[in-house]
Amino acid sequence: MSWAWFHKLGSPKWFFSWSKPWALPVFCFGCLSLLIGLVWGLVFAPADYQQGNSFRIIYIHVPVAMLAQSCYLALGVAGFVFLVWQMKMAPIFIKAMAPIGAVMALIALVSGAIWGKPTWGTWWVWDARLTSVLVLFFLYMGIIALQNSLDDQVLANKAAAVISVVGLINLPVIKYSVVLLETLHQGPTFTLTKKPDMPPEMWLPLLFAVIGLYCFVAGLLIWRMQSEILKREYRSSWVKQEVTEHGL
Amino acid sequence: MAFNSLSEFLMMGTHAVYVWSAYGFSALGLTWLVWNTLATRRKTRDTLRKRFLRNRTR
Repeated sequence: MSWAWFHKLGSPKWFFSWSKPWALPVFCFGCLSLLIGLVWGLVFAPADYQQGNSFRIIYIHVPVAMLAQSCYLALGVAGFVFLVWQMKMAPIFIKAMAPIGAVMALIALVSGAIWGKPTWGTWWVWDARLTSVLVLFFLYMGIIALQNSLDDQVLANKAAAVISVVGLINLPVIKYSVVLLETLHQGPTFTLTKKPDMPPEMWLPLLFAVIGLYCFVAGLLIWRMQSEILKREYRSSWVKQEVTEHGL
Repeated sequence: MAFNSLSEFLMMGTHAVYVWSAYGFSALGLTWLVWNTLATRRKTRDTLRKRFLRNRTR
């Protein structure tokens, strides 16, 4: 197997030119799919026989919560890659991804709390699932704060990578907290091993929303990484050419 | 369609407050993310362009 792609991926210049045509189409596809999923879920999906219409919060809560975890997994992998191979792109990825993950975790917490009120009768309980997602949010905020407060770029890169890797411990806690521990939170909606418990007219819109949000985030991530690359590589001649010759 | 009229849709059974506040907050968060991303992108390019142009004339 050739590792050329791996080395190329480590080059900011290569990533910049490769990713350039992708951001907008991926982002637009994401918006479209998300919109279809949400409208379908809000207007056309049948109401839940127990929860009534409050169950429709699932169409934003689940996609956002999935993203909050996936973004962190990606951060952890990037942190590991940076600590082992010192790859230049890894800290750029972490810097671009952390704010996205933080927003996802925050929306997951807030929409979950709002959903909890009519369903469980309470906004918040200190059980394993809710607490571990709150920890996830603080991990994101910690990474952002570290990067903003350390002036030394080398140190900031390393510190952010270390937290990203260490915080990975939290992910299995989030994932298995609803399966193994006593909790108010219901079990996972989608699993790889068996069919969802919901009928298709309920989970199909959710699938659209999940795929849409993944693409939405991918588009944003590419744009954020591009900005970060330009900021860090401003001394190279290709950045000068890029910025002065291309309008936007 | 799960609703018979627009007002029924907006009422969400008895759950209008919960459904719409959850979606409202989510929309706010996602919009902020898009705005922040595009603003950073514009600012980065503007700052760098100005710096390069200034250095050229000097």
